[in-house]
Amino acid sequence: MEKLEAAVKEVREAYESGRTRSLSWRRTQLAALRRLLYEREDDIFIALKEDLGKHQAEAYRDEAFDAPCWILLCLLMRSLFDFDFDIDFSCSGLPQVGILIKSVNLALEDLKKWMAPVKISLPLIAFPSTAEIVPEPLGVVLIFSSWNFPIGLSLEPLIGAISAGNAVFLKPSELAPSSANFLLNIIPKYLDNKAVKVIQGGQEVGEKLLDQKWDKIFFTGSPHVARIVMTAAAKHLTPVALELGGKCPAIVDSIAGERNRKVAVQRIVGGKWVSCSGQACISVDYILVEEKFAPTLVELLKATLRKFFPNSDFLSRIINEQHFHRLSNLIKDPSVANTIVHGGSIDYEKLFIEPTILLDPPLDSEIMTGEIFGPLLPIITVKNIEDSIAFIRARPKPLVIYAFTQNNKLKSRIEAETSSGSLTINDTMTQFAFDTLPFGGVGASGFGQYHGKFSFDMFSHKKPVLRRSFLMEYSFRYPAWHEWKLPFLRSVYHFDYFSLVLRMLGLK
Amino acid sequence: MGEGFDAARAAEMVAELRESFMAGKTRSFEWRAAQLKGLARMVDEKEADITAALHDDLAKSQMESFLSELSMVKMSCLFTLKELKRWMKPEKVPTSATSFPSSAKIMSDPLGVVLVISAWNYPFLLSIDPVIGAIAAGNAVVLKPSEVAPATSSLFARILPEYLDTSCVRVVEGSIPETTALLEQKWDKILYTGNARVGRIVMTAAAKHLTPVVLELGGKCPVLVDSNVDLKVASKRIVVGKWGGNNGQACIAPDYIITTKSFAPQLVDSLIITLEKFYGKNPLESADLSRIVNSNHFSRLTKLLDDEKVSGTIVCGGQRNEKSLRIAPTILLDVPDDSLIMKEEIFGPLLLIVTVNELQEGFDLITSKSKPLAAYLFTKDKKLEHKFVKTVFAGGMAINDTILQFTNPHLPFGGVGESGMGAYHGKFSFDTFSHKKSVLSRGFGGEVSMRYPPYTTKKQRILRGLITGNIIAVILALIGWPRN
Repeated sequence: MEKLEAAVKEVREAYESGRTRSLSWRRTQLAALRRLLYEREDDIFIALKEDLGKHQAEAYRDEAFDAPCWILLCLLMRSLFDFDFDIDFSCSGLPQVGILIKSVNLALEDLKKWMAPVKISLPLIAFPSTAEIVPEPLGVVLIFSSWNFPIGLSLEPLIGAISAGNAVFLKPSELAPSSANFLLNIIPKYLDNKAVKVIQGGQEVGEKLLDQKWDKIFFTGSPHVARIVMTAAAKHLTPVALELGGKCPAIVDSIAGERNRKVAVQRIVGGKWVSCSGQACISVDYILVEEKFAPTLVELLKATLRKFFPNSDFLSRIINEQHFHRLSNLIKDPSVANTIVHGGSIDYEKLFIEPTILLDPPLDSEIMTGEIFGPLLPIITVKNIEDSIAFIRARPKPLVIYAFTQNNKLKSRIEAETSSGSLTINDTMTQFAFDTLPFGGVGASGFGQYHGKFSFDMFSHKKPVLRRSFLMEYSFRYPAWHEWKLPFLRSVYHFDYFSLVLRMLGLK
Repeated sequence: MGEGFDAARAAEMVAELRESFMAGKTRSFEWRAAQLKGLARMVDEKEADITAALHDDLAKSQMESFLSELSMVKMSCLFTLKELKRWMKPEKVPTSATSFPSSAKIMSDPLGVVLVISAWNYPFLLSIDPVIGAIAAGNAVVLKPSEVAPATSSLFARILPEYLDTSCVRVVEGSIPETTALLEQKWDKILYTGNARVGRIVMTAAAKHLTPVVLELGGKCPVLVDSNVDLKVASKRIVVGKWGGNNGQACIAPDYIITTKSFAPQLVDSLIITLEKFYGKNPLESADLSRIVNSNHFSRLTKLLDDEKVSGTIVCGGQRNEKSLRIAPTILLDVPDDSLIMKEEIFGPLLLIVTVNELQEGFDLITSKSKPLAAYLFTKDKKLEHKFVKTVFAGGMAINDTILQFTNPHLPFGGVGESGMGAYHGKFSFDTFSHKKSVLSRGFGGEVSMRYPPYTTKKQRILRGLITGNIIAVILALIGWPRN
């Protein structure tokens, strides 16, 4: 493990040398990262396929939407071919290459602006003072990424940490070894390998890393490990960001209009199975629907599943045996298995579990108490759709709440009465792609937000700097504090300039 | 509350507050404003009681109590009341044309039930100011004042229920057992003001429940003094920043000064003159100086002074009165680097002056220590100022003054590294006790089949064309022409 300590030392020295602070260093790294994404796209797909059986197009789609191309294309298609090409430019999947490219481009474009001190206006009474808030790097940042989006969840925080001028140590998950290997081998070919390091390994390496002193730790993963990370961080007073998960519900109100229903269900299926077979922190975990609408919903889901997945080619497999067994055990219990209305078949050889829908499994069963993180979708029926709100409030705060509804009153109630990392109405997954919206959890789903400028902020310290001149002095600030000074001070503190002037003139 | 406040009672209390919170009591602007108005009224109506308690705990003069605690709290209430409606409004956020049709906003959600653990040196301010933020953000709050300032603590237990809604705001008095019982509970956020040792304990306890924390700690706040300054004004500002704030027992008080060997004598003389002007010839008897909070800290400080490596470096002060727990403003010149007083946060009326040949060495000294809560520079040299801001990491900074960065509600107040994490004051208080929830609303209008499987070769070609920006490839793929 001396190698590890030596590597950590080297990263710290690189940071202390000051070179990660300059705009040009940060830009160079980000530009190099962009090149990496363009040049190594094939290697990334291969790694993802090996780790998760991700279909190439999924990896693509989860990334590829370069906005300007889309606009052009769609306009073109509409005008030339009257092509049924509904304009939805957002990415339905989770970030891998494409959204990463988008993030790195945004950082490159806005970095100078982000780095600039922000002038703060002060009340007149503080004249002549000026103040600004200066963003500074924290130092050396440790990033733990998870196995389900091994490239995206490694590089997205990396972009933020580098933009903010930090040196970085990245530990990808050992459960996605091909991706970890890819990062280990390829990152040094593009980035400053004294200031940005990648380390491979499992729990032991993780523990060793947690013994070191970091200036921030960014962790994506499970609550169990998050506790270990935060406890270790406490020893050094290291601030942490924890991106966890939770049971992300989808409230499905009755939707008017056949086409709208079709779109809603497509988005739900997209939010559950299309990305990584439900193994994503923002996957739809379970559905809440009114009793009377449930049968329609089940039929629509089945139809959409048949359409999207004529065979299992386009479905990711389960990451490993441990999770495979965990998931199969969820549906072993007869009281749960009896509620399966679609799917249920499992293939141990291929670590494959069919998209499975359950209707009202027991609420105290494990499938309804723990985060599923797999292709099993429970549907819970309620008498009235408004009852969903109480159902959700009684449970830990999830990373996302999805709500499909055209009822503005219901929408407002959900907004005001539930709490979650984020809330998305009438779609799934897409909130992830908006870099103007902060992404992160609350309560059991974690804390700390990133994406876009929020990534830069997350890895910075915002230092206030107050500047005063020697010119103006308020003598009543200073001891000896005779009685006469107190009324002056009262005037000052109430911003009562008029009184102040009168007092100074001896007129009050 | 003191006896028998164990984990079970703490759990019961948290459950009650959580029930109040879930029932929606703390959500409305009206409720929050009523609490804040109550606090402002409390400052006015109970000024005498509060000032008396502060005098009991710290021998704080009436003027200092007003200046540094009461007026600050009142200002914070008024500022928050004025701005709260605006802060509570969701922030509309642009969505790109590419995601049409959609709208996005960021809402500020309360976190739930939060815990504020306060410190003894500004026992009124450091209790109420965070509570203002927690209430403004719509949370239920438990305040645990410091037992090292017992008069203020019991004052809170007595008067807060008169002005605040006790179904949502509680005070728990006590020391380690009570604090431990509180820390075992699940909170939605904890704001702790105090020292780094206990800060670690708080964060470790919070980790069990994955509770986010704000830790307002301390550190050795350096003051770099250049020779080209208005010495009279600079001295006044340094003296009031050091001793005018609780006799040096403040987290942002100057801890040590760095200046050149050539300038030091002038600076020392000026400081001594200013000290006499402010506190007279017998500072131990000045009513304008707070006393040391208790005998533990008194021993700690006198031990630092009596260290034989250090006692010879006293150029001013050094007098003490154990009975009245008073130590006179003391200046020490060039204590040895390895002395305890150079390593630990002083938190008392002892001010170190470290002389260097060139100010540059000062930078090295500062950056060799852990990041402090505040760093100060006195200079007229713009280049030096620029370098200081760029090179020195600290929670906050002031140029040509001390302390004031703390008093301004437009500036975030908090540490970095060993001096803490998170910030508050003004809107930053509201933000720190809120969750910024992203809300994205879409219609059913826009839909792209490309999102979904089956991923036919055609779809793949389109996607590839899009990635490479190759419109021709896309068009060809769409109309079904195979490309190589």
